[in-house]
Order: sequence, then C-alpha cells, then structure tokens
Amino acid sequence: MNTNISLACGNGGEENNELISKVFYKAFKNEILDRGEDAAIIHNGELAFSTDSFTVSPLFFPGANIGKLAICGTCNDLAMMGAKPKYLTCSVIIEEGFETSELEKIVQSMKKELEVNGAIVVSGDTKVVPRGSVDKIFINTTGIGEVLKDGISSNNITEDDLIIVNRDIGCHGATIFVAREGIEMSSSLESDCESLFPQVKALIDAGLKITAMRDATRGGLSAVLNEWSKQSNICIEVQEDKIPISDEVSGICEMLGFEAMTLANEGTFVLAIKKEDADRAIEILKTFTNGARATIIGKVTDSYPKKVILNSSWGTKRFLDTPSGELLPRIC
Amino acid sequence: MGLELKNLYDDFRDGDTIKAYAKIIKEDAKKLKNPINIMEVCGGHTHTIMKYGIPQLLPENIKFIHGPGCPVCIMPKERIDHAYVLSMQKDVILVTLGDMIKVPGSKGSLQDARAKGADVRFVYSPMDCLKIAKENPDKKIIFFAIGFETTTPMTAVLLDTVIKKEIQNIYFHINHVTVPEAMKALVDSGDDDSAKSNIDAFLGPSHVSVISGSKIYEEFPRYYNIPVVVAGFEPVDVMQSISMVVKQFVENRCELEVQYKRLVNYDGNKKAQEMIDKYFQKASVFKWRGIGNIANSGLELREGYKNYDAESVYKDILPLEEIQDHKLCICGDILRGMANPPECTIFGTSCKPTSPIGSCMVSSEGACAAYYKYGNLI
Repeated sequence: MNTNISLACGNGGEENNELISKVFYKAFKNEILDRGEDAAIIHNGELAFSTDSFTVSPLFFPGANIGKLAICGTCNDLAMMGAKPKYLTCSVIIEEGFETSELEKIVQSMKKELEVNGAIVVSGDTKVVPRGSVDKIFINTTGIGEVLKDGISSNNITEDDLIIVNRDIGCHGATIFVAREGIEMSSSLESDCESLFPQVKALIDAGLKITAMRDATRGGLSAVLNEWSKQSNICIEVQEDKIPISDEVSGICEMLGFEAMTLANEGTFVLAIKKEDADRAIEILKTFTNGARATIIGKVTDSYPKKVILNSSWGTKRFLDTPSGELLPRIC
Repeated sequence: MGLELKNLYDDFRDGDTIKAYAKIIKEDAKKLKNPINIMEVCGGHTHTIMKYGIPQLLPENIKFIHGPGCPVCIMPKERIDHAYVLSMQKDVILVTLGDMIKVPGSKGSLQDARAKGADVRFVYSPMDCLKIAKENPDKKIIFFAIGFETTTPMTAVLLDTVIKKEIQNIYFHINHVTVPEAMKALVDSGDDDSAKSNIDAFLGPSHVSVISGSKIYEEFPRYYNIPVVVAGFEPVDVMQSISMVVKQFVENRCELEVQYKRLVNYDGNKKAQEMIDKYFQKASVFKWRGIGNIANSGLELREGYKNYDAESVYKDILPLEEIQDHKLCICGDILRGMANPPECTIFGTSCKPTSPIGSCMVSSEGACAAYYKYGNLI
C-alpha cells in the first residue's frame, strides 16, 4: 500500500480492491464479508443488507441527481441478491451554506425513487460541517431487503451459464464526465440511473434459473466480469461486438480516450443465467423502458480461468483486464 | 443523413476489411525471402496493435518491434521529479495532460503529490491554462508540457497567447521531443553488433506527420535502407500499412509511403511549424527513459522567452542529480527489438501498470503495459 490514499484507491478497480482487502477485509474478516457479494445475506438467508455512500459531482446531472442515485445505489445492491428492498436509513453530511431548496429537490427525488422500490426510510442522521469540510453534500444509505429468491451468488457461476447485460453500457460515467467542469461538450446523453428491482422481480416471478446478478457501477462491465471470473474460478468469454454501446457513449469515449466497458453505470446490471433460460430472460428485460438492447454478450468456459476474454469479429482474442488507475484520458 | 462521429472510425474497424487484409498479407508474405521485423514507432500504434490483436492475424515471418513513441513512457525520472518538486510549491498549480499524472519519478508520481496536498490538474487542451490562471491570480500556473511534434504547436499557441495578453502567472516546463532523432538513435546504435537493431521497416507516426509532414522520414529509406509507411491508427489503417510494407519487400522497393492520406501530406502544417519555430529551438540533448541520452531530440524555449521557462525561473529548487533506470528492467532492449516484454524477469511481478518500474509499463501505450493489459493470446 502507498503511504497516502490516492484517488485511484476509489476507482472500483485494482487499487480499490487492494485497499479493501488489505485494510478493511483484514480487520473485519468474517464468513459473510468474505463472500464478497453486492449485499450481505444474513438472518438465516432471509435478509439482504447493504450500504453505500454517494459523493457525486455535479450533484444534478442529466437523468438524475445525488438523491435518486443514493436510493437506486443501495436498493440495486439488494435487488442484485434477489431481495426486495424494504427498509433504508439515510445519513447526510451537508456543507455549511448549502441551499435549502437544492436539499429539498434532492430529498423529493429520494422519496420518488423509494416508491419505485416499495421501500421506506426508517432512520436517519444529519450533520452540518464547516465550509470546505465536504463538497456540498454527501449521502449514505443503508438498506435491508427481503430475499425473494435464495442461492444467488457471484461464487456459483459455471459453464452452464450465459452472460447477459440488461441495456447499453457506460451512460452514467459518460454523462458525469461531460457534465464536469472543464469538458465543454454538449450531448443528449442521460445517466442510466434507475432502480433495478422491477426488472429483477419480473425475472424471479417468471421462475428463471438466475445464478448471479451484479450492477455494473464503478469499474463498469469490465470490473463485474473480472470479479466474477475470480470469484467463481471461471473464464468468461465475451463477443465484443455484442456488447451494447450507444453511439453517444462510444463517441464520448472516442474523444476523451476512455473504454465504455470501464465506465460506471447506475441502472445497468450483468446477469449470469442457466443457458435454457437465457432467451426468456432477454424477452422479459426487453419489455422494460430501457431494455431494448438487452442481450447475451458471452459464455463461460475453462480456457483461461479467472480471466475475461474478448473475442473480436475478425477472429482475435484479448484479455479484458480489471480497470486500474484513476480514470484518465490518454494524451494522444 | 449528416455525417456522424462514428463515420470517422466505424469503417476503419470493420471486421471483414481486417480479415481481407489479413488474407492479402498472408499471401504476399509467402513470397518474402527473409522474415521482417516492423517497428511501430508510435505508442498509439502499439495500443491499436495489442487492443485489436493484430499479431494474431499475421504469418510467422512478420513480427512487431514496439517503439519508443509514447511521450508519457519516455519521460525520465529526472523530469518527473522536476514536476513533483514544482507541484509541491505552495503558490503553484501544476497543469499537465492526461496520464502524465500517474508516472512515477524517484519521489513519487504527480498523483502522489496531489494526495499530499499539491494542486495538480490535467487538461485536455493547454489553452485551459488560461482559465485556470484567470481564476487563480495569486497562483503561478506551471504547464508541464509533454509530447512529440503533435502536441508542441498547442504549447506554442498557449505561449503566444500568454505573451500577447500579457498574462503574468503562466510558466512552462518544456519536455517536448522529436521523433526522427529517436528513430535514428535506434537504428544507429553504434558499431557494436550486439547492440544493432533488428528493425527492417517502420510504421511512421502519422499524427506527428500531420504537423511535420511525411518528409521527416525521407532519410530512412534513402540513407538507412529502411522503408517507412506513415500509418493511421485504426486497425484497418494498420493492416493496410503492414500490407504496404510487405509489398515493398516483395517488389524489392524501399520507399517512404503514406497510408494515412486522409490527413498527412508531404509538407505538413506549415503554420504550426512556424509557431514551433518561433518559440522553440533544439535542445542539445534529451534523456529518454529506457533509451538514454539522444542528441538534438528535445526542444527548449528560445533565449528570448526564458522568463516563461520554469526550469530557468525555478532553477534553484530543481534537482539536478542523474537517476539510473532499474537494474533488472530491460526496456532498452525491448525498444530496440532485442527482447519481448514477457522475457523480462520483473514483468507482471514487481513491474505492473499499478506500480510501473520501467518506462514501457507506464502508460497504456507502452509495450509492456499493452502486453500486460491485453495479453498476447494466440
């Protein structure tokens, strides 16, 4: 570990994993934590439990704001374990001088998104700190969900599974980058920020054999696939031209020197599902507003265990690595 | 329907076209008398070659040597240390381009400096310095200028603006380098046969030629008997360029050819060249990480502009001592085509993209980083 924490340590990729394993896992080690799932499964497998903090800048961006994000983020982690989000806590740290009207807008968005999930906030905390101690407002939410379908785990994926993504990727990351100061670019792109529970519920209600689900937040699709390949000791082979990416996102990546597969998402998830149920899952996902491009992107093999392989349409292969470093553009 | 952004690259990544070129190259390569080693000089080409798995499409007798053309990778620790020391000054905002921020010097990277409280920012355009300078009148903005001929004109335009607008708080730390001198140094490794390069042909950096013209590579076919094809950066561009190289060997030609005709001409951008010439002169020597000192390969501000030169203004605090490259690192051999990244004992073990030791692991355009990231799967 470096002597000081750098921004790269929060990237959702390699440095982030190192920080978590060498500092937090080391200190807090226990059987539940070690499973490394999106949400912990507790209380004899009946409940899912997860927490997340939100520090996005800018606070308001096309498609959502930090409030909507704070509810989606935690509820989605619960949904990814096959749980229905039920009870949330909400802690806010607000910088002195923050406008009350903005706070109200944020809280209204939270309220609306809680309704989508059928969840309620049952406890909270508010701190106001001197100017400069935080950047405007930070929000933490913690949630408990009721497990509707048990056995979902990122540790159980096998060669009987196919890999599906529920929509086009990279919209959130690209939107935030464009909205940041200094990048003078206009675009019609919106964040994909959305509650995933309705989609998950539809898949569960149809009785499909879901092996694992994970929302592709920081580190993007690339991080999820790499985590899964390691957790389940498998090789995931992805057909590169099958990965749905909108023209806007690939254009922004082109200009700024990013890879869409490493950009963050807030309403995009990856699904590992038994082969025989994959087509049915796609049919169901396509019935949702943003699901038109839901698609099977890859399969599980034993060719390079713990690795993700991208297959090109002209017959070449390469690794898709865990993202590392701060998200920085290449210079030329 | 109007022109869309994707029209600029979609066709140049077309799978069928790539496959068609692979077939042509394979057929032509059967007629080669000897195997050929092609050096792609530019890191952008290395990135394309590895990302799109191009070596997997080529026959046995065509190999790549990955060149030194990544401005981030070749930055020696001494220069990074300058940036580090400057960034730690209380009244300084250090500004640079993209992934320069993560390159380690002997004291750490600029990312580390930032974690310790330094104000380090990256910009897409050097002109963004103007805004930063205006918003921070009590700070000194130091633009840590890097890059080959491609990025030099932007630095020149920034300096031109600073002078015309009489802006008092922008300084420059110049690390611009030029490509042909490095290419010459690689093929001219001296009389010692063991250090002789294995380069049979060059893919010429084409964005450099957008500025400087294709003429800068004329001497290689003429005096060194090494053909050059100035190549674009998409996989179809690279495949077509390789095909052009192979055809030259098959037809017994040795020429300068331009594949990237949609942007490159013989003379280049004369206006940009004038701007460079107005503010810059050749520095006697620049040390390239992994290769060593190369005469006349760097640029410095002309005498009249030394009051904008951070190296001159801050000369009392900038470290001067020379720093050796790591003993086990074989970047120098890799850049001469005498070794491949996996042959290095520290490749992927102590030298990784998150903790690079050698220059080629530093940026995604370096050969080692590209091997590490994409693997070399066949």
